[in-house]
Amino acid sequence: MSVLVAYRPTPEGEAAFTAGLAEAARRAEPLVVVNSPRTGAPMTDTLADEDTLARLRQAATDAQVETDIRLDGHTDDLVEKLLAIADDVDASVLVIGLRHRTAVGKLLMGSNAQRILLQSSRPVLAVKA
Amino acid sequence: MDFAPVLEGFAVVLQPENLLYCLLGVVVGMLVGVLPGLGPAATVAILLPLTFNVEPVTAIIMLAGIFYGAQYGGTITSVLLRLPGEASSVVTVFDGYALARKGRAGAALGIAAIGSFIGGTIAIIALTFVAPVVAGFALDFGPPEYAVLAMLGILLVATVGGGGLLKAVIAAAIGLLLATVGRDGFTGAERFTFDSLVLSDGIDFVPIAMGLFGIGEILYNLEDRHNATKAPVTVTRALPTMDDLKVSAAPIGRGSVIGFFLGILPGGGAVLSSMAAYALEKKWSKHPERFGQGAIEGVAAPETANNAAATSSFIPLLTLGIPANATIAVIFGALLIQGVTPGPQLVDENPELFWGVVNSMYIGNILLLIMSIPLIGVFVRILKVRASILAPITVLITLIGVYTVANNVTDILLVCVFGALGYLMKKFGFEPGPLVLAFVLGAILESSLRRSLILFEGDPTGFVTRPISGTLAVLLLVVLTLPLIKLIRRLVSPADLEKARHKENA
Repeated sequence: MSVLVAYRPTPEGEAAFTAGLAEAARRAEPLVVVNSPRTGAPMTDTLADEDTLARLRQAATDAQVETDIRLDGHTDDLVEKLLAIADDVDASVLVIGLRHRTAVGKLLMGSNAQRILLQSSRPVLAVKA
Repeated sequence: MDFAPVLEGFAVVLQPENLLYCLLGVVVGMLVGVLPGLGPAATVAILLPLTFNVEPVTAIIMLAGIFYGAQYGGTITSVLLRLPGEASSVVTVFDGYALARKGRAGAALGIAAIGSFIGGTIAIIALTFVAPVVAGFALDFGPPEYAVLAMLGILLVATVGGGGLLKAVIAAAIGLLLATVGRDGFTGAERFTFDSLVLSDGIDFVPIAMGLFGIGEILYNLEDRHNATKAPVTVTRALPTMDDLKVSAAPIGRGSVIGFFLGILPGGGAVLSSMAAYALEKKWSKHPERFGQGAIEGVAAPETANNAAATSSFIPLLTLGIPANATIAVIFGALLIQGVTPGPQLVDENPELFWGVVNSMYIGNILLLIMSIPLIGVFVRILKVRASILAPITVLITLIGVYTVANNVTDILLVCVFGALGYLMKKFGFEPGPLVLAFVLGAILESSLRRSLILFEGDPTGFVTRPISGTLAVLLLVVLTLPLIKLIRRLVSPADLEKARHKENA
């Protein structure tokens, strides 16, 4: 069993990481951080650079939580990928960050957070930035 | 030398329309240079139809801008992401990325911009003086000279260019074969037309170039998934220091000279010259161990050389009418579509075009220097576009483009066929460059060869007895035998070593 954090280098992602770290410490379970960039382009904003990853590792070490950072990219469906990883690591809880999306934005783009909340068979902890 | 036409050339460039197209070409060139996979030849081919309804000089100014703009654009990704955007920027990766890791990306990009500017400008000045001389000399060329020159060009393209020798020769042979399709210009006999009206006029250059370079490269890139996605980089605005400039001054000078000469060579061009310049700097350096660890010369020399080469490769095109590399071959095609036949008479008959294009390169280089550093952030942003979005758009533009050339649906079919061929060639390690060049040169070769044979009344010794064609024929022989000699020496030497060892033992 482990705590799974869906991370990306944004304030929401940071909030999810902080909450996930606290949750992992409370449950005394290892922490799995997933940073899944969309592949297909030479460059993407959603991938954390090496400095950020080092900072996350340091934070986890300071909190004395065993951490695994996974950088599996996804091709078109982030939610499927995340739920597959959740099954893979047998997550006891998924931690995700929520961002505000307007009604029109949600109509056009959909909401990954909503899909995770509805589709996941595991408990989900949703935090705000 | 008469400078009045040179100055008139500036008057042509400074017309607002030409300035705009120069800017457009340089910006598009840089953008495309940033994109890995899509080379300058592909871009020029894809954007060819865009230039049909403008003046010839304006069209070539833009296409030239794309060519040398792409040389600089490729540097940006080489330095920042260790991802060469162009083949000519591959060597820049070694030291450029090492410098970026040290937090000196700004210095590396700055020196590349300065080097590109100096290399380009030196090459234009040299071109200004050399080109009219070469053109004047080439006015004495008759069909026999052109025949030998075209043969030499095809041979050099096949031997000097990158990739395997055998594969390049095969590609060139296919190109020559394609050039014979259609009605024979001398006897009117149908060749390889299979009774098809479409093929009786021969295969047009545009669908070949757009198919092989455009569609072929796009298809190949779609397959190419091994490039991992990378996190964006922040560019520090640190410009090169005085020390950097002092260290780079000599390499920039040497890079300009190497680039200029290798650019003229058929099959040479930007890729070869950047590699040669890097190798030379490493050899001559007092501290060769610094190369690969972030030596600023390792960025300055190849970047200078590739821009100088991009400029000087216009010399054979504008003076002899013979394209030296794949991108220039596409520009050659653009000139033909515009009804301008490049050749030695161009300087005298069409000075506006000649000097307009040459002088536009000054302006283009200044634009490059101004835009390069401040706009890096914008250029890098295009890398966030996924191939699955970019590729269909590019393919659509290509297909619409090729249709507009002659409003002919068959051309679309031809583009698809050559696109598939280009993809297969890339996949099996054949470069499409030699094919396209051989196709262009094949037409020149055939007509001048047969014209000279009529001239000589069927006596082939005429090629050797005329002074210019004789000299070129000797050169041809040298180029032809060099690889053979190398091969023989390689086959002979191990046996010799074996013999020597036996003697020692005895």
